Amino acid sequence: MGDMSELREREEQLQGIGASLLRKEDARFIRGQGSYVDDIKLPGMLFGSLVRSPYAHARIRSIDKSKALAVPGVVAVLTADDLKPVNLHWMPTLGSDVQAVLADKKVCFQLQEVAMVLATDRYAAADGAAAVEVDYEELPAIVDPHQSMAPDAPVIREDIADRKEVGHGPRTHPNHIFTWEAGNKAAADAAFAGAAVTVREEILNPRVHPCPLETCGCVASFSKATGHLTVYLTSQAPHLVRTVLAMLSGIPESKIRVVSGDIGGGFGNKVPVYPGYVVAIVASIVTGVPIKWIESRIENISTTGFARDYHGVGELAADVDGRIKALRFTALADHGAFNSHVSATKFPAGLFSICTGSYDIPNAYCRVDAVYTNKAPGGVAYRCSLRVTEAVYLIERMIDVLAQKLGIDKAEIRRRNFVRREQFPYTTAFGWTLDSGDYVPALEKVLKAVDYEGLRREQAEKRAKGELMGIGIATFTEILGAGPTKACDILGIGLFDSCEIRVHPTGGVIARMGTMSQGQGHATTYAQIIATELGLPVGDIVVEEGDTDKAPYGAGTWGSRTTPVGGAATAMAARKIREKARKIAAHLLEVGEGDLEWEVDRFTVKGNPGQAKTMKEIAMVAHTGNIPDGMEQGLNAVDYYDPPNLTYPFGAYVCVVDIDKHTGEVKLRRFYALDDCGTRINPMIIEGQIHGGLTEAYAVALGQQVPFDENGNHLGNSLMDYFLPTAVETPHWETDHTVTPSPHHPLGAKGVAESPHVGGIPCISNAVIDAFAHLGVTHMDMPHSAWRVWKQCHALGVDRH
Amino acid sequence: MAKKEIVSFRLNGKDVDVAVEPRELLIHTLRERLLHTGPHIGCETSHCGACTVDVNGMSVKSCTMLTVQCEGASMVTIEGMEQGGVLHALQQAFHEQHGLQCGFCTPGMITRAWRLLQENPNPTEEEIRYWISGNLCRCTGYQNIVKAVQAAARTLAAQPA
Repeated sequence: MGDMSELREREEQLQGIGASLLRKEDARFIRGQGSYVDDIKLPGMLFGSLVRSPYAHARIRSIDKSKALAVPGVVAVLTADDLKPVNLHWMPTLGSDVQAVLADKKVCFQLQEVAMVLATDRYAAADGAAAVEVDYEELPAIVDPHQSMAPDAPVIREDIADRKEVGHGPRTHPNHIFTWEAGNKAAADAAFAGAAVTVREEILNPRVHPCPLETCGCVASFSKATGHLTVYLTSQAPHLVRTVLAMLSGIPESKIRVVSGDIGGGFGNKVPVYPGYVVAIVASIVTGVPIKWIESRIENISTTGFARDYHGVGELAADVDGRIKALRFTALADHGAFNSHVSATKFPAGLFSICTGSYDIPNAYCRVDAVYTNKAPGGVAYRCSLRVTEAVYLIERMIDVLAQKLGIDKAEIRRRNFVRREQFPYTTAFGWTLDSGDYVPALEKVLKAVDYEGLRREQAEKRAKGELMGIGIATFTEILGAGPTKACDILGIGLFDSCEIRVHPTGGVIARMGTMSQGQGHATTYAQIIATELGLPVGDIVVEEGDTDKAPYGAGTWGSRTTPVGGAATAMAARKIREKARKIAAHLLEVGEGDLEWEVDRFTVKGNPGQAKTMKEIAMVAHTGNIPDGMEQGLNAVDYYDPPNLTYPFGAYVCVVDIDKHTGEVKLRRFYALDDCGTRINPMIIEGQIHGGLTEAYAVALGQQVPFDENGNHLGNSLMDYFLPTAVETPHWETDHTVTPSPHHPLGAKGVAESPHVGGIPCISNAVIDAFAHLGVTHMDMPHSAWRVWKQCHALGVDRH
Repeated sequence: MAKKEIVSFRLNGKDVDVAVEPRELLIHTLRERLLHTGPHIGCETSHCGACTVDVNGMSVKSCTMLTVQCEGASMVTIEGMEQGGVLHALQQAFHEQHGLQCGFCTPGMITRAWRLLQENPNPTEEEIRYWISGNLCRCTGYQNIVKAVQAAARTLAAQPA
């Protein structure tokens, strides 16, 4: 062993795991030199602009292109009839359904894609789109999913009206998509029947939109000469997109290159394949020139990748001490006009069955009924793994409802129900095996930090004076890192991920990944993993993602799967390289491999630390003839990592709100977030992710909703109406952590970015509702906007004194 | 297609002429004709601020200004912040304080903060939050952006005039 201070110094120089390393990707962004899709400009490129339906449900009688074609600069107008010869007027969705690329005889949601106008610039394209005349026959629309399966409900999807199932089991109505259930209903029902106390609440997760600051778009470029298709695309999952495009177009996958450049935020919105992409690709194939299509903000909020719209019913059964005996959760899921729900094949309701949360609940049953409505298709997971926000919201709300019913403190009821440290690995009633956790210390740390008892005393004093103050708690468990291929696939492709590392002769490293950053700092985090694993300085490590011609195959970045899956692949690839390096070191030092030990950045001979070979020295030797007999040159490895389990990070959050009873305004006074994401690779980046996730939670809890009128017309689809918090109202966030490593992840890391969103929403809701708890209120639906909260104040009469 | 107008203005210290239709928005002129792709388009309603540039000493959302309104103007964009190979204190501070993630809002945000520090070299947190409230960020929760502007203000105050 070398001198400890010298070892530490060498370790610090690497800037590996645990260092708050400043981000490598910043250099281009702070100069305005990012390369986002709308920055791509190719020779001869045309612009596409979509003609969209003004109606939520209508038959298309005719489309007249003639006036559009007469607009200066307009080159072509494409409709479903033009896509039919190449059989691309419909496309498969990630939810086992099909979706119209351009409306075929009928539109099923407002602003559905009807035609694309191609023109020499974006102004001419917009002029052309305005000049396309479509004759519609309006049909009655279904907006409320509770009406979808009424006997006399209009049939939304005539194309599949006769089909007995759409990928996920029997249908009972033309507007029914699937019914999915999990758990043991009989056991849960029996536990309910015998329970001392039960609670039930209807709980809505309203339709919201992830609304990244950059909208979706692409530049499609097909070469008639070579038959190659290149698509620059805002995609969180470029490899999956390439596979979908190959399936759709019949072009060999080897001739399709998808390039995700810099992405201006994704949050789930940029996982699916959207009609605009497909039309742009067909247009490029037809015209032989590149086609750019970029969404407007209104198109983005109205048509691509909404989230939630889960109309839940939560029920808990417990004993008189508040120990939960059974859980029954159901949800009516509004998937819009096409089931383009992003989900693993076997999980049409995503990971909804994580809804037992952090609690030891012996009996559980859940069911999701998905239906069609005349609204935009979806959905996507908005900064969460599919349906996890909905699940966590239900359990974290319901445990509060139970606490109120029994008069038990909301922190205490959680203590009584937590899965205990010694129970891990713990298998839930739904069959998920929580890998590790230590919930009590996390909660106690947070309660102490905020002086929970003091807050409750202050609340009692305020209540006595007629003031509204709420304290919210959330002690959530997340499920990340989809996922083991035995359980999770999309379109038949398992959800592994990958990393390829090449160490160059002078010790420079390039790593290529199957994941795709949208701001999470992958180029920095992955480089830190490699630095620690290979003992090479982080400054010499380059990480590339997003170009399917360069990177190995992977399922991309969503559901916080980057660190759990991609990070594991990185560590494993690096370890393969280190093992080869060990052989070379043993050869050079003329000792057995077992005589060597790894020491930060080198192999040393046990008991003789002066005899050593650094990784940098080995890198050079690996490219010479002086390597062990039979070994190939080079120091490269690729790893495809199939995780043995998902990861289960957790957190304990407390939120304090003050409510103005005369205006309904919710002022978020304090928010304290403790996250346990296992091993922390870059604490600075983690904290940044938590700030962002909490801010998105704040947005959802207090203001976001995509509203419709009874005819399916959007009532708020621009940033005039859709709530994105500004710096003024965004609260100050306090962060904290504990570290409970994942036992099955090579680095012990669990992932983090979605936790603050998933845990933050119920925490804020719980605080708002807690402010009214003494008045008998057990639930209020989000968003807790001033208007809605004021209505609650007014209904209770508290605004009158 | 309408007749084009010749418009001349000063962009990051250089004189430029462009021929544009009267309806062309400044953001499109900057991005597509002048290849200044730092300012971005995040909405079309003047809310997000990703397209913020500085025109004649005022922050302007270039998605809602016509290029023909810029005749004779003096304009600064994110591309004009770095001087002589040295980053502006704000650019350095956004990096050091982790004041950016996806980077899409960053050019507009820095350009807006740049204007703030011209007007008020020592802003309070409340003033910073108010001044950047026309610039939306979906990633950072603003906390580190505020820290970055404060850090840049300190750096600039310590520099000899």
